[in-house]
Amino acid sequence: MAMKMVLRGNMATAYAAKLARVEVIPAYPITPSTLFPEKISEFVANGELKCQFIKCESEHSAMSACIGASATGARVATATSSQGLALMHEVVFIAAGLRLPIVMAIGNRALSAPINIWCDHQDTIAERDSGWLQFYAEKNQETLDLMLMAFKICEDHRVLLPGMVGMDAFVLTHTMECVDIPEQEEVDRFLPPYKPVYKLDVNNPMTFGAFSSPDNYMEFRYAVHMAMESAVKVIDEVFEEFEKKFGRNYQRVVPFMVEDAEVILVTIGSMTGTAREAVRLLRSKGKKVGLLKITTLRPFPKDLLKKYLKDAKVVVVLERNISLGFGGAVYPEIAAVFANAARRPKIYDFIIGLGGRDIVVEDIVKVYEIAMDALKAKKAEMVEWIGVRKDEIEVIK
Amino acid sequence: MYEIRFHGRGGQGAVTAANALAVAAAMEGMYVQAFPVFGVERRGAPVAAFVRIDEKEIDIRSQIYNPDIVVVLDMTLLGAVNVTAGLKKGGILIFNTKKKPGEFSYPDFKVATVDATEIAVRNGLGTQTNPIVNTAILGAYARAVGNVKLESIIEAVKQESPVKKDENAKAVKDAFENTVKGW
Repeated sequence: MAMKMVLRGNMATAYAAKLARVEVIPAYPITPSTLFPEKISEFVANGELKCQFIKCESEHSAMSACIGASATGARVATATSSQGLALMHEVVFIAAGLRLPIVMAIGNRALSAPINIWCDHQDTIAERDSGWLQFYAEKNQETLDLMLMAFKICEDHRVLLPGMVGMDAFVLTHTMECVDIPEQEEVDRFLPPYKPVYKLDVNNPMTFGAFSSPDNYMEFRYAVHMAMESAVKVIDEVFEEFEKKFGRNYQRVVPFMVEDAEVILVTIGSMTGTAREAVRLLRSKGKKVGLLKITTLRPFPKDLLKKYLKDAKVVVVLERNISLGFGGAVYPEIAAVFANAARRPKIYDFIIGLGGRDIVVEDIVKVYEIAMDALKAKKAEMVEWIGVRKDEIEVIK
Repeated sequence: MYEIRFHGRGGQGAVTAANALAVAAAMEGMYVQAFPVFGVERRGAPVAAFVRIDEKEIDIRSQIYNPDIVVVLDMTLLGAVNVTAGLKKGGILIFNTKKKPGEFSYPDFKVATVDATEIAVRNGLGTQTNPIVNTAILGAYARAVGNVKLESIIEAVKQESPVKKDENAKAVKDAFENTVKGW
């Protein structure tokens, strides 16, 4: 029997690490991810988790320790946020290049300056090209489930890449919700111990991360890219097996009322629930609106986005990030899915909820209305900021 | 869906009260969310915490702007914070006070009162100047609102209290018995 608990998102990922029997957890605390190392240290101190818990002096050191531990063949996890992930940046790329299946929980938080501890996807979006798989949770059950599945997916020999599980700062990390905690035996059957292909071993010495000349660097990069492509199939397989064993359905992209939808909203993370409420409200008024939630941003789910979005009149991308000087980061990727298509929907981009600004149902309804007006006006492109008090900004032209 | 807002001061345990209420409702098979006003908490500064309780899974993720119920742990907040902001017409206001509901004038709301401070101190939870009223106030919640059973709240309070489990449980029960409803 699974146990039902009321847990914060951070706690749920700590339970996932415990259930996954993680062997090494190097960590450096940062708001809003601090509860993860706190709970892990409690598990270790209580003897509930047999694990090497390493208190590091910085996030760069924490990820470096993750890399060393993972290279020995151990199952490794950590957690961070915002500036912590930014400080890791250099070694984040190395973890992927070395093909180490480290799993990291991220409390998605805004980047400085100005300093802000609240929800924003900029921290993980900035690591988008690092070679890490990226999963985003909508609710706390998903933080636990995705974390568990991430180990299985990342450690698959067709993938062998690290993965990050994003959960929205405070909205998930610090919100208590009902979470089903699966039985240890069930998890053990789903997730056997990690079997590395290569590992650091004094009896069989080898070098990880050796110098690579122009003659072979591209092959290494191509191999990582191919592993990302392979991950698509592995993710689908693992999601299917998880559903059979635990009864909860996961998809790389989750559709809601898209069948006859003329307008489809695309969301990531916790705003999806609020958007679903807005879709129900708009549907009750006869508007043909649907919703797509992106669960896996890397590998990018272009096949499913094409499938679900191709017949829409308008695709509305809602983003808690901003690629300054362009627009949201996901918008051009969705546009690229249709770049060479004979028939393509209008695609509009909305920047919303940066730095923890609350997203309410009325915001989503407003987004719908702006998008419909833009469609009527046949606007070719649009990047709109929702709720920004533009009159307070002095722009010197 | 019920939406509840707790008002307290940093250190009084408003967030813990919200969490315990959510745990109690979850014990009865309800779906719940409990969260504080996200930010940096300082001792003594006004804080608020939220709870959503529903029979079906809760989709909405925004903060609560139109609560059904407001719980006030510290009456000195009334001069600093508009505790009834957004409270639905006919909504319930629960005050920690020696006063009776008839001494307040809120024509749009139902008022329930309990002397949670006295009950907390009597049960050894904090001192007269620094009482820990967050468990007692939940007894008043059970009496005034009635959507979560007293037994569930007592069980949740025991589970969520790091120390003095029995004293906290007793405070809940005492508050339940001494709450005065103005309707």
